[in-house]
Amino acid sequence: MSKKVQVKICFGTHCYVMGGSHLEMLEESLPAELKDYVEVSGSPCFGHCEEKTAGTPPFVEVNGTIIEKANIELIINYIREVLADGIRE
Amino acid sequence: MIRRELITRLCKAYLDDKLEEIDRIPLIMAPRKSKQESRCCAHKTRAVLKYRMMALLGFNVADEVDELTPLSTYAGYALRKKNKGEGFLTVVDEACYACNKANYVVSNLCRGCVARPCKMNCPKDAIEFVNGQAKIDPEKCVNCGICKNECPYHAIIYVPIPCEEVCPVNAISKDEDGVEHIDNDKCINCGKCMIACPFGAIMAKSQIVNILQSINSNKKTVAMVAPSILGQFKGSFGQMVNAIKALGFDEVLEVASGAELTADHEAAELKEKLDEGNKFMTTSCCPAYVDAVAKHMPEIKDYVSDTPTPMQYTAKMAKEKDPNCETVFIGPCVAKQAEAQRDDAVDYVMTFEELGSFMLAKKVDILECSEEIDMAEFPATGRWFAESGGVTKSVLHRYEDTSFVKNMTINGLDKKQIKLLQRMPKLKVDTNFIEVMACEGGCISGPGIACNPKVAKKLLAANLKSK
Repeated sequence: MSKKVQVKICFGTHCYVMGGSHLEMLEESLPAELKDYVEVSGSPCFGHCEEKTAGTPPFVEVNGTIIEKANIELIINYIREVLADGIRE
Repeated sequence: MIRRELITRLCKAYLDDKLEEIDRIPLIMAPRKSKQESRCCAHKTRAVLKYRMMALLGFNVADEVDELTPLSTYAGYALRKKNKGEGFLTVVDEACYACNKANYVVSNLCRGCVARPCKMNCPKDAIEFVNGQAKIDPEKCVNCGICKNECPYHAIIYVPIPCEEVCPVNAISKDEDGVEHIDNDKCINCGKCMIACPFGAIMAKSQIVNILQSINSNKKTVAMVAPSILGQFKGSFGQMVNAIKALGFDEVLEVASGAELTADHEAAELKEKLDEGNKFMTTSCCPAYVDAVAKHMPEIKDYVSDTPTPMQYTAKMAKEKDPNCETVFIGPCVAKQAEAQRDDAVDYVMTFEELGSFMLAKKVDILECSEEIDMAEFPATGRWFAESGGVTKSVLHRYEDTSFVKNMTINGLDKKQIKLLQRMPKLKVDTNFIEVMACEGGCISGPGIACNPKVAKKLLAANLKSK
């Protein structure tokens, strides 16, 4: 595994107020076995809240894939999926 | 989150001049035949949303006279500032239905034993046996807990009622129909019940419509932001100020400036009072605590500082500068509404949650706002007031020698702490300065916050350092 999974949390006000602030706990909540494979960063508004099709805030991007209504559990599950796919390849 | 969506939709309706269409909001949020995760059906959810909106329009849900009165009518009343009923917290009775009336419930671990110590020891004869298992009659049960302690199988469990559990002053209780009621003679508006209820059945009455009106009027509207804003939103303080201005406020004042004066005055007052021979002094900036003293702790009334609060100082400054302006305190607090009602200089009170939702409605993004503000100096020690321990730190900062102060911090007011405070005048301890915050963690954990308190603590620490 050379590249880390990139997690980008939207820090735009819309996402932040609608639950995005909780996502700042993600880094601390990562299980120990995932910590070395994940890079968490914040981002200004992605603009997804303006696209009708993207879903409901808060938004997070994991390796470029949008997760809507994001919560810590959803994100960790998705990171696991991404990592599992990486190993299979 | 549902409350935030409601506030956002309400603000949007006002901004688009479509308040008369507000009756549609519960229908949009809970479409017919949509599956409801925790309530029985869309119609129940709609009813709950309607009454929550009634509270956001500023009314006490219990004051409803005619069930057919639509939200648009209440919106009209709100615009004309009709009497909105007593109290600052209101119970949405439609949403309050799930808690057990008795705190003790027999689980299916009951073996229906022969000795039946639960039944034998119940002082109210509240236990019957149905299908070989014990059953508690909630009408007779007085929640003494004897049965739970007697059962050899640990089959009887304690089921808390979240709002009653957290209320520090026993102001909330069930009526004969099992719906909670708030006793306004006892309530100190701390808002703990609102945070605790997992059904969203308790709402703080909002003044948001009148605040939007004030912004829309020709009068100058001044936002007074509490120091805890530094732990609420992503972005620099400058960006937050500019975002608030983008909402239409004419001027933004930091309540931390008022807090500087509070700390100055309180430091002098503490010295003076101790010199006069007073045993101790407590802070006075937390309005829920001040109300708790007035309603429940008369024995320590004389020990509370007389210093005006940061909000009062800030509002005075605003009105001295422009007597015709309207002032809006923006903070994390419900009890500040009660304090504002006693202070002519404060016109409205708004929560951070409402501020954030207003930004969503107006599509203002803090991170996109300019950082630049016209501020040569900033009230560094006043900003400390945002968290528990900060007021003490700020007051002590004013002395060269702090050795005479033996301070204590009450971080979160609960039933136990109230008992302790009541006993303080008689206790043989050398504590002479007590900081009291009704919310655990201080203002950054208040009932009207927009951000997770743990994250808020970190954000605040970073922001206090950066400037």
